[in-house]
Amino acid sequence: MPRLKIERYPAPLWVRPLIPVISIVVTFLLTSLVVLALNKNPFEAFYYFLIAPLASQSSAIEVLVKSTPLLLTGAAVTFAFSAGYYNIGAEGQLLAGAVAAAGLGMVLQNVPPVLAIPIMIVGGFAAGMAYAAIPALLKTRLDVDEVVTTLLLNTVILFFISFLLNGVWRSPVSGWPQSPEIADSAIFPRLIPRTRLHLGFLLAWISIGAVWLVFRRTALGLRMRAVGLGKEAARFAGVKVEQTMLTAALISGGIAGLAGVSEVAGIHYHLIEAISNNFGYTGIIVAMLGALNPLGVSLAALFLGLLDTGAQTVSRAMGIPIYLGNIVQSALLLITLAALVLQNYRIRRE
Amino acid sequence: MNFIVEMQGITKRFGVVEANQGIDFDLKPGEIHALLGENGAGKTTLMRILYGLYRADEGEIRVAGKPVVIHSPKDAIGLGIGMVTQHFTLVPPLSVVENVALGQEGAVTLDLDQMRQRVVDAAKRFGIEIKPDALVRHLSVGERQRVEILKSLYRNARVLILDEPTAVLVPQEVEALFQTLNKLRESGMALVFISHKLNEVMELCDRITVLRDGKKIGTVLRGETNEAELARMMVGRETFGVVRPAERRGGEVRLKLDKVNALDKKGLPALKNISLEVRAGEILGIAGISGNGQSELAQVLSGMLKPVSGTVWVDGKDMTGASPADFAAANIGRVPEDRHSGVVGDLSVAENLVLEHLEEFSRNGMMDYASVQKFAQKMIEDFQIKARPQDPIRTLSGGNMQKVLLARALAHKPRVLIVAHPTRGLDIGATDYVRSKLLEQREAGTAILMISEDLDEILALSDRIAVMYEGRIVGIVSGRRATPEVLGMMMSGALEVDYAEA
Repeated sequence: MPRLKIERYPAPLWVRPLIPVISIVVTFLLTSLVVLALNKNPFEAFYYFLIAPLASQSSAIEVLVKSTPLLLTGAAVTFAFSAGYYNIGAEGQLLAGAVAAAGLGMVLQNVPPVLAIPIMIVGGFAAGMAYAAIPALLKTRLDVDEVVTTLLLNTVILFFISFLLNGVWRSPVSGWPQSPEIADSAIFPRLIPRTRLHLGFLLAWISIGAVWLVFRRTALGLRMRAVGLGKEAARFAGVKVEQTMLTAALISGGIAGLAGVSEVAGIHYHLIEAISNNFGYTGIIVAMLGALNPLGVSLAALFLGLLDTGAQTVSRAMGIPIYLGNIVQSALLLITLAALVLQNYRIRRE
Repeated sequence: MNFIVEMQGITKRFGVVEANQGIDFDLKPGEIHALLGENGAGKTTLMRILYGLYRADEGEIRVAGKPVVIHSPKDAIGLGIGMVTQHFTLVPPLSVVENVALGQEGAVTLDLDQMRQRVVDAAKRFGIEIKPDALVRHLSVGERQRVEILKSLYRNARVLILDEPTAVLVPQEVEALFQTLNKLRESGMALVFISHKLNEVMELCDRITVLRDGKKIGTVLRGETNEAELARMMVGRETFGVVRPAERRGGEVRLKLDKVNALDKKGLPALKNISLEVRAGEILGIAGISGNGQSELAQVLSGMLKPVSGTVWVDGKDMTGASPADFAAANIGRVPEDRHSGVVGDLSVAENLVLEHLEEFSRNGMMDYASVQKFAQKMIEDFQIKARPQDPIRTLSGGNMQKVLLARALAHKPRVLIVAHPTRGLDIGATDYVRSKLLEQREAGTAILMISEDLDEILALSDRIAVMYEGRIVGIVSGRRATPEVLGMMMSGALEVDYAEA
């Protein structure tokens, strides 16, 4: 019997761009089993999943709408992770931005849009930053692990929103736990008339561009990368590690806050508890799939936006539960992470 | 004479690099056979093939006369071949006995008393001193190495490969190791001693095989050779080394420490009332056995550790407890003691070069990557660094990495230079180069404080030598008058020299 041996042998460079493609193929092979278990045709299912949403203009634009919050949270997570700050709190910072947007939107009646919209954006950014400041200060001053604090604070703000929506902000019209509508002047304008594609999409691309600019062109970005890749070596070279990490954490929180503003002012026009469909957590998937690279992150966000839309199409067309989308997403993350490790090894016959 | 191991025509390629090219190597029972060569000569590769960690592309291995194929360390151990690497494979929270017997219990149930007895017996039989019940994490490096050796012997090794075993040891431990190895030789074992230190090889080994650039240069008997010949075989030329020119009096005081005290990571006193002066144009060598406060001194002088009391003056300015950024801004060049933790491995050579002085390569916060590139090109040329600016620095060899760090520290014509272990682990060519750069700085009038464990280096370069022992300076002697014997006694705490003398 030939003996097999696993040895470290990094894959050649031309293989690297293929890794996402291979991951996607493997994901669909594996999730086909789930489709088969439902007695459905996997080819048909994946047609509705991946192709159908792009077949018509209106659903293709819906993919862009769905990818908007993911571009923002993906950019937010990329910012923090690149500086070695593991912000799991984009979800909470998004909610903080949404609270600010709902609150500001209510009081901005009679303010012209040229003023109202910048106020919404700045306010949401500031709220996300402020909510990110709590764990960031704990980390940089007292060395408290940020993974735990950012994660737990996500729940805290959710309860705070519940308190607002069941109390002072309960809708006077319907009595439902949803905040009053924001002023018309605070609503994000549509980028394409008669679609849901709004200003937030533009904001998202500006954020992705900002990630690229900061990390590739500024001194701050180089410091952040140095801290992320080698904290003590960066400290030795005179980089102020704590200050740099704090900056990254705050900007990350701010961008996540923008995602909240974008959902309130672009889609819902009021605050509800379910304002975030786990966008903050999905942002981590986006950032990892995109290898913390602006181009990769944007492709990952668009792809996950497609999966989101596709899950609805497939459920409408074939009666497959919408949760198939979640299964595909999670499987894709795990398989990509595995592929990133496995590309460094090969199996050889002795 | 029967050979226990014969390797013939061994060739091993990594991509396009031929790490071993048709090498013959043999080993007899009852001998210590040195494998000598510079870093990257192919010594470790050859032995990893014997131990089953690599497969040779060509060539044949015979053990006790029989051709064998060794797929894995397990096969090697089965053939009675053991290897002790620089990175130990012990489990720190387990006891010495447990570590030695691990994987050899032989049954589902454990008879701990019997296991302990067998390990203790084996230790006695081979004359290896161990503390059977101590936890490995409480042991010194030398003691851990003995446990590693015993582990191989316990598995009935007849052949033992030691990969640069002295690199991790302090001088007394080296002595103890040599005694152990001599005993093993007398008992009929065959030992392979990988090294690039000529004096150790000449002291210990019976036969010496020299490798250079993946090729075998020759095998010689110790009695028929000398250090000069070995050095010539190793590097292909006579080594002259770099030696400091005539001593001269330094200029004004640039760096001054006054009664500095500092704590180590565990909160124990590591520096005790350290007072020193370094003058412009002189090299002050700090000698001592590692772990006597040199690390903490280097950290205090690079801003990584804040003293609990005392004062550090640079150019008359109080720098006590200043941050690394302050030290960089005050134009104090620093070369860290561990070069791998001194560079950001995944950043490029160019980015690592500019990290310390980003303000010079950016305007309004925007990086000027054109000038970064130009600067990196210049440094690569000036310091003969074998790399391109965009290469991730982790892909560089130790010598080239050290040159990058040296370039970064020297590029700004520092007033004061703090270097720790400047040539540790470097081959002869890189060592000479680094030392000549330090002397060039001395000529240029920089005040240099150099921490080193290598006595030859200390003696060759220092104008004055301060010896550290248990966190104190036990004496400062002039470089001209210092001898290895005097320094050795001071380093082991046997002699103190009055401060005032130097």
